[in-house]
Amino acid sequence: MTKPLLVAENISKYYDGRVACEKVNFELWPGEVLAIVGESGSGKTTLLKCLSMQIAPNAGRVLYSLRDGRTESLSDLSEAERRFLMRTDWGFVHQDPREGLRMGVSAGANVGERLMAVGERHYGRIRSTALDWLNRVEIAGDRIDESPRNYSGGMRQRLQIARNLVTAPRLVFMDEPTGGLDVSVQARLLDLLRGLVRTLGLSVVIVTHDLAVARLLSTRILVMQQGKVIETGLTDQVLEDPQAPYTQLLVSSVLQV
Amino acid sequence: MTTGYNFAYLNEQTKRMIRRALLKAVAIPGYQVPFASREMPMPYGWGTGGVQVTASILTPGDTLKVIDQGADDTTNAVSIRKFFVRTAGVATTEETEKASIIQTRHRVPEASLREDQILVYQVPIPEPLRFLEPRETETRKMHALEEYGIMHVKLYEDIARHGHIATAYAYPAKVNGRYVFDPSPIPKFDNPKLDDCAALQLFGAGREKRIYAVPPYTKVTSLDFEDHPFSVQKWEEPCALCGSTTTYLDEIILDDKGKRMFVCSDTDHCRKAQEKAA
Repeated sequence: MTKPLLVAENISKYYDGRVACEKVNFELWPGEVLAIVGESGSGKTTLLKCLSMQIAPNAGRVLYSLRDGRTESLSDLSEAERRFLMRTDWGFVHQDPREGLRMGVSAGANVGERLMAVGERHYGRIRSTALDWLNRVEIAGDRIDESPRNYSGGMRQRLQIARNLVTAPRLVFMDEPTGGLDVSVQARLLDLLRGLVRTLGLSVVIVTHDLAVARLLSTRILVMQQGKVIETGLTDQVLEDPQAPYTQLLVSSVLQV
Repeated sequence: MTTGYNFAYLNEQTKRMIRRALLKAVAIPGYQVPFASREMPMPYGWGTGGVQVTASILTPGDTLKVIDQGADDTTNAVSIRKFFVRTAGVATTEETEKASIIQTRHRVPEASLREDQILVYQVPIPEPLRFLEPRETETRKMHALEEYGIMHVKLYEDIARHGHIATAYAYPAKVNGRYVFDPSPIPKFDNPKLDDCAALQLFGAGREKRIYAVPPYTKVTSLDFEDHPFSVQKWEEPCALCGSTTTYLDEIILDDKGKRMFVCSDTDHCRKAQEKAA
C-alpha cells in the first residue's frame, strides 16, 4: 500500500491579518502532477512557499514521506534536515531562472553544485553527469563552460530544470516555469517537462495562471480564489466541466485562436 | 618609546575583549569569532586586525618580527614594527628563530616554527564562502550546518576554465575536519605549513571584525578533487641569490627587455642561506 508523498493539512497564511491562503487541504501521491491555478493574488505562490517551507504557515502542517519511509511534519524537522531535503529530495524551479541559478559560474558548475553539496569530489564524474543532464534538457554539450548569462531565457529555464533534477529528487515545486517565455519556447519547454516528469516518475506541484500549462502537464488541478480552494478534481474534468462560477469564468476567459 | 599611551596602544579593556575572542577562536579551530574591532591609527587594509591581535598578546619580554610578502623591509612591515617599538618598546628582530611573535601579511616564514612562537596573520576577507554567497546571514548558516559544497563549485570553475585549480592564494582549507576557512592571502605554497604546525596561529580581520585561529598541531587540509589533487607552485630555476630550490620565489623584472630573476620572498631565510654558503 503506497502512501501520499505530501499531505497539506489546513494550511493558512495571513499577512497582517489579510488572508493569503486559508485552510488548504490536499494529498499529493507519488508520480502525480498537481497544478494550482488561479488569478494573480489568489495565494498560489504563498501556498507553494508554505509547502516548500520557505515561509512558515500561521496554521496547519505539511506532512512529507521521507525516503526512509518515515512520515514527518516538515515544521518538526531541524533546519539542517530541511535544507538537506531541499538539496537532494526536492527541486524548486523559479519563474525567473536568475533566482534559481548561480549566474556567476558556468552551466556545468550550476548542474554540478548539488552533486558537490552531497559530497561528490571527483571532477571527471561531476562533469560527465553535467554533460549528460545538459543533453537531456537539449543544451549543446559544447556550451557547458559558458555562463548562463550567455543563454537565452528558454535555455536558462532548461538549465535550471537540469540543475534541480541532477540529484534525482522525488518532488519538484514549480512556480510559473513558463512565465517569461514566448509561446514557441513555452511549447518546447512544456514538451520537455512532460517527458522528464513521465520518464523520471516525478511528483510535481506546479503553480500557474495558464490553464493550457495545467492541461498539458497536470493530472489534478486545484483552483484558488482569494486564498481559498474553490474547486479541485482531475484536470480534464475540471477544465471540461467546471462547477464553481469562478472556474467557469476562468475557463471561458482562455483566448481561442 | 612614546609616553601617554597604554602599553601596546590599546587600553586594557579592549585587550581583554580581544583575548576573550582569541580564547574562543582557539577553542573552536577555524571558527570566525566576531569581535569589536577598534579604529587603529592606520587605514583598513594595512593590517588593523593583525595589529590588534598582536597588541593584545604582546608582553614587554616579547621579541617581535613583522613581515610583509615575506620581507622585513617593506612599507607595511616597517611601519607596523615602528608602531610597536614606539607604543610598547618591545625588542624587534628580523630573524625568524629569535622572534616570539611574528606578524605577517601574505606569507608564512620558510623556517619551521616552534611551540613558543605565535604567528599573527593580517586578514582582509575572512569569509571563504563570500565568492559565491554574498549574504553574511547565509554564510554563517552554511558554516553552522557544514554546507561546504559551494566551495568546490569555485574549484570546479577553476578547472573548467583553466584546466587545473588556478586558485594560487587564499586557498580554502578545512581545519580539524570541521570549519572551512580562508588562510588569508598567503600563496597556496604555504598551506602545507599550516598543517600540524607547532606554533599557535592567530588570524585577525580588522575591517570585517573577525578573529579565528589554528591551535598548535591541528590538522589543516586544503580542499581539492580526487582527480585534481592539491598541489603547490613550482619554479624551474633556483633562487638567484641563495640557490634554494625549496622556497617560495618572487619574480623580479630587471629591465624592459625581458630580463628577470627569481629570488626568495623570505628575505631573512635567503640572507641566512647566503651567509651559510659564503
